[in-house]
Amino acid sequence: MKKFWSIIGLCFLLLAVLAPIALAADDAKPAAPPPKIDAGDTAWILTSSALVMLMTPGLALFYGGMVRTKNALATIMQSFFIVGLISVQWVLWGYTLAFGADVNGIIGSLEFLGLSGVGMEPNSPTSTVPHLAFMIFQAMFAVITPALITGAFAERMRFPAFVAFTLIWATVVYDPVAHMVWGGGWLAQLGVLDFAGGTVVHILSGVSGLMVALVLGKRKGFGSEVMLPHHLPMTVIGASLLWFGWFGFNAGSALAANGLAANAFVTTNTAAAAATVSWVFAEWLHHGKPTVLGAASGCVAGLVAVTPAAGFVAPMPSVIIGLVAGVVCYLAVSVLKTKLGYDDSLDAFGVHGIGGTWGALATGLFASKAINDAGADGLFYGNAGLVTTQLIGIAASWAIALIGTYLILKILGMFMQLRATPEQEAQGLDITEHGERGYAYQDFLAGSPIAHAEAFALQQATGATKISLNS
Amino acid sequence: MEKITKIDIITRPEKLEELKEAMNAIDVTGMTVTQVYGCGLQKGYKEIYRGKEVAVNLLPKVKIEIVVCEVPVEKVLETATRVCRTGQVGDGKIFIYPLENAVRIRTGESGPDAIKDPKDVPMSKKK
Repeated sequence: MKKFWSIIGLCFLLLAVLAPIALAADDAKPAAPPPKIDAGDTAWILTSSALVMLMTPGLALFYGGMVRTKNALATIMQSFFIVGLISVQWVLWGYTLAFGADVNGIIGSLEFLGLSGVGMEPNSPTSTVPHLAFMIFQAMFAVITPALITGAFAERMRFPAFVAFTLIWATVVYDPVAHMVWGGGWLAQLGVLDFAGGTVVHILSGVSGLMVALVLGKRKGFGSEVMLPHHLPMTVIGASLLWFGWFGFNAGSALAANGLAANAFVTTNTAAAAATVSWVFAEWLHHGKPTVLGAASGCVAGLVAVTPAAGFVAPMPSVIIGLVAGVVCYLAVSVLKTKLGYDDSLDAFGVHGIGGTWGALATGLFASKAINDAGADGLFYGNAGLVTTQLIGIAASWAIALIGTYLILKILGMFMQLRATPEQEAQGLDITEHGERGYAYQDFLAGSPIAHAEAFALQQATGATKISLNS
Repeated sequence: MEKITKIDIITRPEKLEELKEAMNAIDVTGMTVTQVYGCGLQKGYKEIYRGKEVAVNLLPKVKIEIVVCEVPVEKVLETATRVCRTGQVGDGKIFIYPLENAVRIRTGESGPDAIKDPKDVPMSKKK
């Protein structure tokens, strides 16, 4: 009952805080003269937003197939729930922190709090799409970034801790860095190039993932138990949806239906294809088998690497970006991870952290003003300075991701238990956290057999609510 | 009381259909089949996930449990061995146990009557 009143209280509090904003939104007058909306651009941005939205459920399947049977639902839930959680966070305060008027180059002002003043007219004289369209396109980026991190702590983080971490991380790590790079902050002023999110999305998520994996520690039985992906066809469907959605992610980042969007579309597909081939061949030469998981991972590595470069480089450099990404990310997950011994469950760091870093660096090498005059020339076009600028961007995002994530986890750890208990890990998070199971059967090799009675006894022992199987 | 014998045949999954037909042909009409995992002389194989090799030495097999009374045990063993043998390691094992008793739940009959073909149900396979 006490819980009930605190929820009601929270609702009223939110209402009180947001009411002025909601009312203020009605008073907002469109700026005169109103910039012209382009129908084609608007159609493309809205389509791209839908494409990027589909990436997060795609990621849920990509990750879901790679965990053991007993954690399939819990892993899918983390990505899927973020679509809800961060969509709400973004319209309430995320968008304004990232794209509000610049405050000291670090963060956006609160001018768009609760979408106040974000309307159907374009936001700036150079924009040809409604402000709301730009806002929702960016919302999908804010959604997928924390979802990418979930791969690093899969199979061992408690759901309440995950929700709190994601909400805080999005607010104090993602939103400020998105502002620094895209919202006119200090990295943007410095000239750091990031077309669609190599630093903002992939370095942040991958490196933060590494930190979460280090702070939480290895999964129970890591290194001694066999932990196999339980459903690789699901992973391939997920990778395909990611590849499909990525056309909106990269080509949509042109923010117009124009030649630059077409260029980004082509570089995106080319790099993904090249990395698929190079990862498969690297694994084939190294272990003697061309694996399906390698092909799925390779395409994602290529997509990650081309993300910052898509709208700054020509199609030929994207072949090189993809080929290198496939091999480098393969070595990161197969050699580096084994050598260092951290347990990044689904290789969020190996693919997104390493791939994003290579992509941001490659942008410094291959960028060309002939492709995008809003960009800059890279090393191979006679401007070594861009490599330095990109390295500053990489170092800054690594540092913010590592320090920010570490502090969030340490502070959060004082108030709540972050990690599942060994008993929960043994039973699997599907039953212990969500009271459901993904499959009616259990497979000896991919999961562990669970007796209903045993799971029930555990629920009783931990004082949790009863599981509802066929009830 | 006539002797009741239980025979467990653990063998390659792909031999199941052939074995079932062969057992039917020698009038063994009842069996219980389970998917099992086991290890033995067949050492297993390697799987590769993102460049990490995983040794899998528990291999999928099928276990067929048969209880006989009228049909000679030797005949079952001879038939099962003939059908399941490929000559390679991994063909499996057959275990034979004496049984103390058996009960047919539907009728409450026990002993050999519980194992023998019932008189009151027409057996479609009988020629």
